[in-house]
Amino acid sequence: MISALFRGGIHPPDNKNLSAEKPIATASQPDTVFIPLSQHLGAPCKAVVTPGQEVKKGEQIGEPGGFVSAPVHSSVSGKVAAIGEFPNAMGRMVTSVVIENNGKDEWTILKDTPDFERLSPEELKEKIKIAGIVGMGGAAFPTVIKLSPPKEKPIDTVILNGAECEPYLTADYRLMIEHPDEIILGLEILIKIFGVPRGYIGIEDNKPDAIEKMNQALQGKETIEVVALPAKYPQGAEKMLIKSVTGREIPPRALPMDVKVVVQNVGTARAVFEAVRYGKPLIERVLTVTGGGIHDPRNLFVKVGTLISHLIEECGGLREDAVKVISGGPMMGFALPSPDVPVTKGTSGIVVMSEQEMVHAADFGPCIRCGRCIEICPMGLMPSMLSIYAEKGFYEGAKEYNLFDCFECGSCAFVCPSKRPIVQLVRLAKSMVKP
Amino acid sequence: MKNEKSGLIVSVSPHIKDAETTERIMWSVSLSLLPAVLMGAYFFGPRAVFTVILSILSAVLSEYIFLKAMKKKVVVLDGSAFLTGLLLGLNLPPSVPFFIPVIGAIVAVIITKQLFGGLGYNIFNPALIGRAFLLVSFPRLMTVWNEPAAAFIHLDARTTATPLGILKEEGVTKLIEVFGDKWNLYSQLLFGHRGGCIGETSVLALLIGAAFLMHKKYITWHIPISFLGTASLIAWIFGGQEGFFTGDPLLHLMTGGLMLGAFFMATDYVTSPSVKNGQILFGTGCGFLTMLIRLKGGYPEGVMFAILIMNCFSPLIDRGFRTKVFGAVKKPEQGAKQ
Repeated sequence: MISALFRGGIHPPDNKNLSAEKPIATASQPDTVFIPLSQHLGAPCKAVVTPGQEVKKGEQIGEPGGFVSAPVHSSVSGKVAAIGEFPNAMGRMVTSVVIENNGKDEWTILKDTPDFERLSPEELKEKIKIAGIVGMGGAAFPTVIKLSPPKEKPIDTVILNGAECEPYLTADYRLMIEHPDEIILGLEILIKIFGVPRGYIGIEDNKPDAIEKMNQALQGKETIEVVALPAKYPQGAEKMLIKSVTGREIPPRALPMDVKVVVQNVGTARAVFEAVRYGKPLIERVLTVTGGGIHDPRNLFVKVGTLISHLIEECGGLREDAVKVISGGPMMGFALPSPDVPVTKGTSGIVVMSEQEMVHAADFGPCIRCGRCIEICPMGLMPSMLSIYAEKGFYEGAKEYNLFDCFECGSCAFVCPSKRPIVQLVRLAKSMVKP
Repeated sequence: MKNEKSGLIVSVSPHIKDAETTERIMWSVSLSLLPAVLMGAYFFGPRAVFTVILSILSAVLSEYIFLKAMKKKVVVLDGSAFLTGLLLGLNLPPSVPFFIPVIGAIVAVIITKQLFGGLGYNIFNPALIGRAFLLVSFPRLMTVWNEPAAAFIHLDARTTATPLGILKEEGVTKLIEVFGDKWNLYSQLLFGHRGGCIGETSVLALLIGAAFLMHKKYITWHIPISFLGTASLIAWIFGGQEGFFTGDPLLHLMTGGLMLGAFFMATDYVTSPSVKNGQILFGTGCGFLTMLIRLKGGYPEGVMFAILIMNCFSPLIDRGFRTKVFGAVKKPEQGAKQ
C-alpha cells in the first residue's frame, strides 16, 4: 500500500553495501564512558550521583529536569570519576557523568514483566518513561511525550520508521533483519497504548530482505502491515513518511498528531519492547560505523557514552585519506571537530568520509537560478530564494519565502550545481529572524 | 574548515554533493551548439567561423578584464562568458565587419551581465541584448544576408533575403517560388540552405543540440514547447493570407531564429523563471510576442525582442507561481503584511 508519494526528493548514491551484510557485533567495552545529561530534546537531566560513587549498569544517574526530558542511566558498572562539562557531537559543552568502567558489566536489578501484555496503557507508558527512551532515529525526542498527546488530538495510526533513507547507514536495516520479532512486539505495545486498530512499518524498497523478514515475522498478525516505500531521500523524514503511508500532509508547523499519526523509529520500538518486557533502560544501541575513510565498516551494538574514537579504533582505525568524521548520516549529520565525543541515545551512525567521497565546497558560486532545488525540495520551498536572501543579509525576505518550514534535509545543497551551502545559509537566516 | 588539532574537516551538512557543476552545464550547452556551428561553417564559410570565434574571444576577454579591473575573483573558466560569446556569434549575419562581434560582446558581457552583478544577477539574456544593441545601432550592417553556398571558399558571397524577409515583404507564394516548390522549401529550411544568422539556419542541427540538452536534463520541455506551440497556434490562426486558420505553422517554426531562441536562448536559467508552471507562461508569452512582431510589427523577425521582453517578467512570474508549501492548504502564508 502506498497512498501518495511525496513530491521532490533525490537519489544520492547510498553506499549501504559497505556495511549492509555485516551482522550486528557487540563493541568492546570502553575503559571510560562520558554520559551527557542532555541527550534528548528538552530539559537536561540533573545528576543524582556524586563523584566516587559506585554505580551498576542500568542504574539511573540523571533524573529528568522537566516535563519534556528523559532520565539517563549508566551504561557500565564502575565508579563515577567526575561530573563536568564535556563536548558533545554538536560541539557544545554539556554536563556529563564520567564513569570508570570496571569491566564486570554488572546489571542493576531490573523488573522483569513476562506477562507485560496485561499491563494497562498507563503502566506501559510509565515503564517507557523510567527507561529514558527517546527517538533513536536522530532527533532524540522523549518517547513518552509523543505517546501522551492531548485528549483533543486523537491518534488513529502508528507508523514505524524503517526507511533509513540516509545514505551509508545500515543500523535499522540490520535491526529489522536480526530482530524483527522484538520490533513487532514494540509496535504492538505502541498500538495498545493508543488503542488504534492498525500499525504500519515503512521500509524503503531498496531493502527487500528487510521487507521480507518483517513480513515473515508478521505472519498471522492482521493489525500490522509493512509498507514498501520507493527509495528516495528524504523518505524517512516524518512528514514525508506520513504522506507516503497515509496520504496525509502535516500542515506547516503542525505535528504528526495533528493528522492523528505517531511515528517511531524501528530501533525505538525495540527499545520500547525491552523496557516493557525486561525493564531495560536505554543505555545501548545499534549504530553503523562506515564510510570510505575507515578500514572495516561495521554495525555495532554500543554503550551510550562510548567515545567515537574508541569505535573508530574498533573498526580498524582511520584510513590515510580520511578527512571528515560525521555523527549521523551524510545528509543531515554533524561533522565532528574531534572524534573524542560520546555516542548518545540518538547517534544512528558514524560516517568517516575519505578524500575521494568529498566534493569540496569551500568555493561556491552564485545562484544561476537553474531551479533544480525548487524541483526537488520535498517541502515545496524555493531554496534558491532562501539562499540568495540569506547571503545578502535580507533575512526577512527569506522568512517570506517560508524559511521556517525548512527542516534542513539538505537535498537542495546536494543538487546545487553552484555548490551553494544552502543549509548553512538557511540556518544563518533562522538565527537572525523570529519565526 | 579544518580543525587544527584533529585535522578533520568541519562543515555544515549535507556532506555529499552531486557531481553536477555550473561549469559542466555551461560547457555542455556550448557543446550542444556545435552542430549549429558546423552547419554555419558549411554554408557560410570561414568568414562565419571567424565571426563566431571573434565573438567568443571578445566575450571572454571582456569578462576577464572587467573582473580584474574590479578586483573580483576571475571566474572566466566557468564557461558562461564563452557561451554568451558563442550565442552572440551564432546570432550575427555571416559577413558582418569585425568590429560588430567585438562591440556586441562588450555590451553583452560588461553592460548586460557584469554591471548587473555578474552571473546569476542579470535581468536580460546577455547575448540577446548584445544583438539588440547591434541591430538598433547598425541596422544596415546587421541585415546583410549572404547566400548560402556549400562550397567552403567563397570570397565574394552574394547577398540574399531571409525567408522571413521574403514572407513579410512579398508573401508566401513568392517564398515558395524562390525555393522552387513547397517541399524543397521545407527541406532547405530543415537542412539550413537559406539566408540568415550563422547559427539559426539549420533546424536539424539545432534539434540535435536540443535533444542532447533535454536528454541531459539541462533543459526541460516547458519553455521550448510552450514557446513553439504558441507560435504555431498563432501562425496557423492568423498567419494565412486567405483568412483565419489558413496559416502555415511549420513555415514559421522553421524560419528565423525561432528554434535557436526557443531551445537555447529562452531557456537561459538566469533570465527565465525557475518554477515550472511559470516557465510555461514565460514560453507562451515569448511565442505570442514573437508572432505579434512577425505578423504585425516592423521587423520580419520577433524572437529576440520577444525573449527580451519576457525576461523582464521572469522575477514577477516566479513570485506569482511560487510553489505550494508541503501541507499548506491555500496560498503560501505571507510572513510580512504589505
